Amino acid sequence: MKFSDIFSGLVLMALSLLILLTVKDYPDIPGQNIGPGAFPGLLAALLALCSVLLIFKGIKTQRHTPWLVWGEWVTSRFHFRNFLITIGCLVFYITASDFLGFLICGTAVLATMFTALKVRWQWTVMLSIIVTLVVHTIFYKALRVPLPWGILSPIQW
Amino acid sequence: MTTAVLLQAFWLVFDPYVLLVILCSAMFGLFVGCIPGLSATMATALLVPITFFMPPVPAIAAIVTATAMAIFSGDIPGALLRIPGTPASAAYTDEAYQMTLKGQAEVALGAGLVFSAIGGLFGTLVMILFSPALAEIALKFSSFEYFWLVVLGLAGAVFIGNASVLKACITLLLGLLIACIGLENPAGMPRFTFGLKELMSGVELIPMMVGMFAVSELLRYITNMDPPHIIATEKIGNIFSGMWGLLKKYRWPLARGSALGTVIGIQPGSGADMASWLSYAMSKKFSKEPEKFGTGHVEGIVESGAANNSSLAGAWIPAIVFGIPGDSITAIAIGVLYLKNMNPGPMIFINNPENIYAIFLVFILANIIMVPLGWLTVKIATKILRVQRNILMPIILIFCIVGSFSINNSVWGVTLILFFGLAAFLLEENGFPVAPAILGVVLGTMMEENFITSMIKSDGDPLVFFTRPIAMWLAIGTIVILLWPVFTWAYQRITQTRAA
Repeated sequence: MKFSDIFSGLVLMALSLLILLTVKDYPDIPGQNIGPGAFPGLLAALLALCSVLLIFKGIKTQRHTPWLVWGEWVTSRFHFRNFLITIGCLVFYITASDFLGFLICGTAVLATMFTALKVRWQWTVMLSIIVTLVVHTIFYKALRVPLPWGILSPIQW
Repeated sequence: MTTAVLLQAFWLVFDPYVLLVILCSAMFGLFVGCIPGLSATMATALLVPITFFMPPVPAIAAIVTATAMAIFSGDIPGALLRIPGTPASAAYTDEAYQMTLKGQAEVALGAGLVFSAIGGLFGTLVMILFSPALAEIALKFSSFEYFWLVVLGLAGAVFIGNASVLKACITLLLGLLIACIGLENPAGMPRFTFGLKELMSGVELIPMMVGMFAVSELLRYITNMDPPHIIATEKIGNIFSGMWGLLKKYRWPLARGSALGTVIGIQPGSGADMASWLSYAMSKKFSKEPEKFGTGHVEGIVESGAANNSSLAGAWIPAIVFGIPGDSITAIAIGVLYLKNMNPGPMIFINNPENIYAIFLVFILANIIMVPLGWLTVKIATKILRVQRNILMPIILIFCIVGSFSINNSVWGVTLILFFGLAAFLLEENGFPVAPAILGVVLGTMMEENFITSMIKSDGDPLVFFTRPIAMWLAIGTIVILLWPVFTWAYQRITQTRAA
């Protein structure tokens, strides 16, 4: 997934302008002529300069390349699907772990990833359960991280 | 006084718990380094959530040991599969593979192991000898000097060894801007928090690193379309035979590689990969038999194998003395030191000298146990290389999730690894290096603090940054690095026009 330098430059330029707009209204430290906006403002100005250079470089060298070139992996269904599944697993964990608890979410994430990467189903079932339990024991029991129990709270151990 | 401190350091390191941590992280580092696609930086990023629960000395011991091991064991898949296990082995992967094809796998791996250990010990020795003296000088530094030191470090990170200086500059600025998020600034004003209370204390470093170095590598594996490689040989003989001969024959390349590696490590922003590329090139230049390079000749492996391990120790010198990381691994380690309230800087030599000596001891220990453990790893290497990566990767993902959760016990950490994992993946796809970003995040707060303090001290007059004697020299050094690309460009132009 390759963006042209012109496009990246424009996005970065927009970002630096946004930052400059935000820090404009930051008040100075009382009694000083400098404030919390000075440093991020300086950085944003430098970023704007760099993005102008990047845009120029893009115009010079990549004028005829499209703004976005999909990588080879995007066109391969297997790879693109797995990419989306990995992201999906993380999003699923973020949204569902409080409710479903670590044991269910962990097993689900592992089983999905194993299946997506073509691990044999016997292994998938066995490994997803065992790895989740091992990780749970290490972090919950040994390191005392309060991994959520969610709907499994009644059988908490 | 010193003996008492040394004894204390001995007690800290030779504690059964610390030794166990060292042993486990050594095995972990050897394993991760041996698997292509998992780098030494990833080993560190995965270790950090666990070290979060340890006292300072074992936490640092875990990182030091795991990285030293991973850098060596990156040579193994290089020699057997022709893919470097970590970027630091890339410089001599072809050479080692050619040796394997000639039936000399054991010489290539033995040289990698023995000379890695010697290089590592050399770097450690330099660190032990020089860092206390440097710390004495650093005590005299004020905010002006620290400001320049940070800029010098960041300039090095951007201008040395990056394919595109401009893109490295951009990621560095992005990293510095991320460091601006939250309340922790001289004015104590919440900046760029988007109304999220999670961002009030800034972006947590550990989830960010796990995202940038572990999740993004995972995404790269998932989207990688290269066919699997074939193991070149099953038979590896005694890796130690003939090493004494090599040691005598190549003592100068060994010394040169170790010295160059240490210097490159000290220079902020350039780490083991650069040390190994540069010293391989130097080895070829100074060799009596340069024509043999690339055909399976051990000399380059001796020199750059030593260089990449010595650079690891070198990178720790500015990290401990000034709190300025030499590469992305020490950037992570500095983050850990801050979490442990063991803020790096010259004061640590006065307040906690036993901890510093403990770090020195861990370096020595790690480089010594590398030899037997590395030998064992080579013995079972062909088995490790057969570990199914489609089984390993989901397990790494679950570790990333739990590790980032455990920092604040909230899913916010998981959200951060998703964001930074995707961001780092996209940046690298587009040729933006991510290491400068992490240096920016680690150094951002320090840079702003020193900048604002200096500006207040000087009543807003920026000239003061150049008038103090040490500050002036640091400023000159920085400006030379900043203008270096312009010099080389101009020089090339002049020579070209003359030639024409």
